Amino acid sequence: MVRIALITIAMVFVALFIFIPVIAVFAEALRKGVGAYFAAIANPEARAAIRLTLMTAAIAVPLNVTFGIAASWAIARFDFPGKQTLLTLIDIPFSVSPVISGMLFVLLLGVRAPLGGFLAAHGIRVIFAEPGIVLATLFVTFPLAARELIPIMQAVGSEEEEAAIVLGAGGWQMFFRVTIPNVKWGLLYGLVLCNARAMGEFGAVSVVSGHIQGHTNTMPLYVEILYNDFQFAAAFAVSSLLTMLAIATLIAKRFLERRVVPVKQAQDELAVKVAA
Amino acid sequence: MSIELRNIAKKFGDFVAVDNLNLHIETGELVALLGLSGSGKTTLLRIIAGLETPDTGEVLFHGEDASDVSVRERKVGFVFQHYALFRHMTVFENVAFGLRVIPRRARPAEAAIARRVHELLKLVQLDFLADRYPSQLSGGQRQRVALARTLAVEPKVLLLDEPFGALDAKVRQELRRWLRRLHDEIKITSVFVTHDQEEALELANRIVVMNQGRIEQIGSAEEVYHHPANAFVYNFLGNVNLFHGRIENGRVFLGDTAVELENTHAHAHPETGKAVLYVRPHLLEIVMKPNGKQTFPATVKSINPAGPQVKIELVAEWGDMVQVEIDHERYQALHLEPGANVFLRPKEQKLFVYSI
Ligand SMILES: Nc1ncnc2c1ncn2[C@@H]1O[C@H](COP(=O)(O)OP(=O)(O)OP(=O)(O)O)[C@@H](O)[C@H]1O
Ligand SMILES: [Mg+2]
Repeated sequence: MVRIALITIAMVFVALFIFIPVIAVFAEALRKGVGAYFAAIANPEARAAIRLTLMTAAIAVPLNVTFGIAASWAIARFDFPGKQTLLTLIDIPFSVSPVISGMLFVLLLGVRAPLGGFLAAHGIRVIFAEPGIVLATLFVTFPLAARELIPIMQAVGSEEEEAAIVLGAGGWQMFFRVTIPNVKWGLLYGLVLCNARAMGEFGAVSVVSGHIQGHTNTMPLYVEILYNDFQFAAAFAVSSLLTMLAIATLIAKRFLERRVVPVKQAQDELAVKVAA
Repeated sequence: MSIELRNIAKKFGDFVAVDNLNLHIETGELVALLGLSGSGKTTLLRIIAGLETPDTGEVLFHGEDASDVSVRERKVGFVFQHYALFRHMTVFENVAFGLRVIPRRARPAEAAIARRVHELLKLVQLDFLADRYPSQLSGGQRQRVALARTLAVEPKVLLLDEPFGALDAKVRQELRRWLRRLHDEIKITSVFVTHDQEEALELANRIVVMNQGRIEQIGSAEEVYHHPANAFVYNFLGNVNLFHGRIENGRVFLGDTAVELENTHAHAHPETGKAVLYVRPHLLEIVMKPNGKQTFPATVKSINPAGPQVKIELVAEWGDMVQVEIDHERYQALHLEPGANVFLRPKEQKLFVYSI
């Protein structure tokens, strides 16, 4: 009885808050017909927003993943002074509101700040320009890959890497043939999460962008502008793209989680055996 | 290739894992490192391989200091305690790994690699499993893959960390014999770690008994078993009964009885001190009548006639438990029952005396 009640409650919530809105997004997007839908997406400003979003993700994701691999490897393999501090610092973007993150960059790199002023004097605009958007996105996605990789690296352990070295592998050979393949599912998982966040980020990016149409609008910002402009169909058309990204991310996430978990479990079992 | 360790010491924090250790291993030798868990065996192997840097001392390969030689250049084969097979590679790829990472100029062609891998897999009798992943193998099979993988790069030195640790007795026996044969065939300088004394005695040319990061004794199986350097070694190698007593003016007291013993191998011979008498179970004789001061009384507690020898547990007059092994004929002749009062006569014993 309780079970049925609980399941029903859960289902109703999912339907109410997830399923219906997702359907609504697509329904609204197509309200004025397929032609209007594609016109809204093909609009030059929409295309600029899509381009900027893709570019931001294309820069932020590889950098983030590179940092994630380096940080997680160092943390899992070595003891060094400042390790705990590094672990704490990695988490900062998670604990700070994205809006505040954005304001931090404005404070640091705005034209009136010393550093921002210096850059501006050399013709480099950061705030209210693309570099600011990329920086803000980098900042908010910063912990994603590292957080995902640290426990996996720790679980996998260093024995296989040592085996590779003893067998004559060089540092990079070990890295690409043993270290990376051992964490590849976790890495992909981190990559998917990071990509989703990079494309969907609103708060931090909103603060540093300045909303210059056709220049510093990412997709989420563009949606907001359209919406405030009462262009609902167009707003939902662009939203539907982000929604599709979200759905694709969820599917990839489900698939990857199934791959990542067995690695951890196998390691745990091994650890238990060894302990026994 | 010969290996020499000079004054090797290694600490982890304040904990001394290896304590000023010296060891020389001849080319082609098969040496066993024997010791309790935590005695520093793995640490020592890792130091030889270069995976760990000693705090002091040096490792010499073939008489040359290897301190500046990197792990990959040392040409050692290391079989890890938990195999450390590459989990994302098939058995074939695991074995081929060492060949694939050779710089391109010197790397054998793909066909030659395949030939070599299959050769090695045949050697360890696992050719039919080439396409499996490590997780699909049994413990013994993983062990042999690890060995084949190590042999692929033709190491000059083979280091095996508890190669048969996690296996059942039967497979252990089999692999043990197999390793012995392999060593006889390719004569590679080998060091293997074990805490199974039987394994060490059966396999090795020489046995190094370790305790708390130090070497207690080095010698052939015969030497360490029959001429143990000290109480630790004797106690460690094989089952042994321990009698705590005193030695006064050259006479040994167990409990209140003065026992006068023949064939006592006392290490140091002070006239007075605490004494520990070690007697192996098969070196105790059960007799029905006392024989002067050479015997002491005991009561039979339990009898286990299963196995090649009859195992009898007794309680000595002064309360110590005593284990005795006699053969079946003797057992039949004695008509022993639990509760029977008998006398024990050590045929040979070791006496280790500590000054008070
Ligand atoms: N990386 C390390 N950090 C701290 N202590 C260590 C480290 N490696 C080993 N030790 C300690 O050094 C001691 C010797 O360890 P080692 O692994 O050499 O023992 P072992 O003889 O191989 O034992 P076993 O038979 O259980 O494998 C142990 O007490 C262990 O706790
Ligand atoms: Mg060990």
